[in-house]
Amino acid sequence: MIEVSKLRKLFGTQTVLDGVDFSIEKGESVVIIGRSGGGKSVLLKHLIGLLTPDGGEVRVAGQNIANLTERQLLKVRAKFGMLFQGAALFDSMSVAENVGFAFRNRAGLAPEEINRRVTEALAMVDLRGIENKSPSELSGGMKKRVGLARAIVYQPEIVLYDEPTTGLDPIVADSIDRLIMRVRDRLEVTSVVVTHDMRSARRVGNRILMLHQGRIYASGSPEEIFASQDPVVRQFVDGVADPQEIGF
Amino acid sequence: MQRTLTSWFSGWLQGLGALALLARDAFVAVLRSRTPWRELIYQVYFVGVKSQSVVLITGAFTGMVLSAQTYFQFHKVKMDTATLAVTGVSMCSELGPVLAALMVAGRVGAAIAAELGSMRVTEQVDALRTLAMHPVDYLVVPRLLALHIAMPLLTLEAIAVGIGAGYMVCVYLLGIDSTYLWSNMLRYTDIPELMTGLLKSFVFGGVIALIGCYKGLCCGEGAEGVGRATTEAVVYASITILISNFFMTMVLAPLLG
Repeated sequence: MIEVSKLRKLFGTQTVLDGVDFSIEKGESVVIIGRSGGGKSVLLKHLIGLLTPDGGEVRVAGQNIANLTERQLLKVRAKFGMLFQGAALFDSMSVAENVGFAFRNRAGLAPEEINRRVTEALAMVDLRGIENKSPSELSGGMKKRVGLARAIVYQPEIVLYDEPTTGLDPIVADSIDRLIMRVRDRLEVTSVVVTHDMRSARRVGNRILMLHQGRIYASGSPEEIFASQDPVVRQFVDGVADPQEIGF
Repeated sequence: MQRTLTSWFSGWLQGLGALALLARDAFVAVLRSRTPWRELIYQVYFVGVKSQSVVLITGAFTGMVLSAQTYFQFHKVKMDTATLAVTGVSMCSELGPVLAALMVAGRVGAAIAAELGSMRVTEQVDALRTLAMHPVDYLVVPRLLALHIAMPLLTLEAIAVGIGAGYMVCVYLLGIDSTYLWSNMLRYTDIPELMTGLLKSFVFGGVIALIGCYKGLCCGEGAEGVGRATTEAVVYASITILISNFFMTMVLAPLLG
C-alpha cells in the first residue's frame, strides 16, 4: 500500500531523514516511534505529500508521489484521512461543518446525506449532539475525536495519526487508543500512527518502526520491540534519560 | 556587508517569484471556475461592508482638507470657483483610489495575513490539503475576487463622499458660489478621470489580496511569525500601491486622455 525508499529530507543544513526505507501492507496498523524532534511527523507528512522529499521515493498504491504537483496530489490524498497533533479543526466553522468539509468539493451528495454521514462519523467517535458547537467550546480530547471523525467521514483507505494521545490525560488517551482500534477494525483501514507514547504504541500497532538518527533503526511486532535488548531501543522503551543530556 | 545585500536581494527575488506563482495559480483557479461561492460572498461582506466607516471617513476628510487648501491658494489669484474642480480630479484619479486602498490594506490586508498565518501555524492549511482542497482555491481565490469586486465600489464611495464633503466646505464654510463651483467641477472631472481611479482601485485590490495571502500562507512559526507576516503584509501592500500608482498614472493618463 505504501512504500518508502531512501527518503531524505533536509531543513537548511540539518538532515532530518537520512535514507528511510520501509513498506506498509494494506490493512496493516503500523506505529512509528522515536524521540521528540526526531522526524516522525516529518516522515508522516511525506506519506501524504504535505512535504516534498529532497531524495528518495514515496509510493502510494504503486504511484510515486514525490514529484507530483499540488493539484495531482489532491487525487492521491482522497485515499487518506489524517488526524493532526493539535486536531487542526477549522476554528471559523462548527463541528458539523468541520466534519462534513470533505464533501464540499465532492459533487453529488445531497445535504441530508451529508448530515447523515456527519452524524454517523460523530457517533463512531462517541460524540453525539455537538454538531452546532464551535471548536473553541471543546476540550482537548473532544477536539481530537472531532478531528478523527473528520478524517474518517469519507471512508478513506489509509488513516494517518500524528501524536494522537499527546497532551491528553491517561484516561482520555486510552479512549483515543480504543477509537483508533475501532476505526481500524470496523472500516478495515490501513493505519499509520506516529507517537512516543509506548503504551499507546503497544495497543494500536501490529508492527512498530523505530526512527532514530534519520533512519528506521528497528522494526518488529510490539512484543519484539518491547523484548528487545538493543541499548537504543531499550532506552526508549524504558524511558530512561541519558545522564549527560540533562547536565548531571 | 556585500553578502548581506546579496542574501537580501536573493530573498526578495525569491519572494517576488513565489508571489507571481501564487497569482498565476489563483488566476488559473478563477478561470477553471474553482470559486467557493459561499466563501466569496462572506469575503465581499467582510471587505466591502465592514470597511465602510474607514473609507467614508477617509474620503470625507480628504475631500474637505483638499478643498480648503486649494481655496486658500486659488483665492489669491481669484480662482475660487475652480476649487471643487481640483478636488474632483484629484479625488477621482489619485487620492480616492490611493487613500481608500491604503486604508483597506491596513484593515483587510492585515486581517488576511493574520487569519491565514494563524491557520498555517495551527496546521489548518495542512488539514485543508489532506481533505483534498487546494489552499489557493479555498483561501486565496475568494479573497482575491472579493477585493477585486469591493475595492472599486469602495473607491467610488470615497470619491463621491470626498467631492460631496468638499462641496459642503466650499459652499457653507468658505462661501463660494455653488453654481459656478459645481459647473466647473463637472467641466474638468470627466469619465477618463473616473475610469483611471476605478482601474487603479481594481489593481490595488489584487495587490492587497495577493500580498496578504502570500504573507499569511508563508509566515514563520509561532505568534512572532504571524505578527511579522501581518506587519509585512501592510507595509509591502502600501509601498506597492504607492509605487504602482505612479506607473499607472504615467500609462493611463495618455491612454484615457
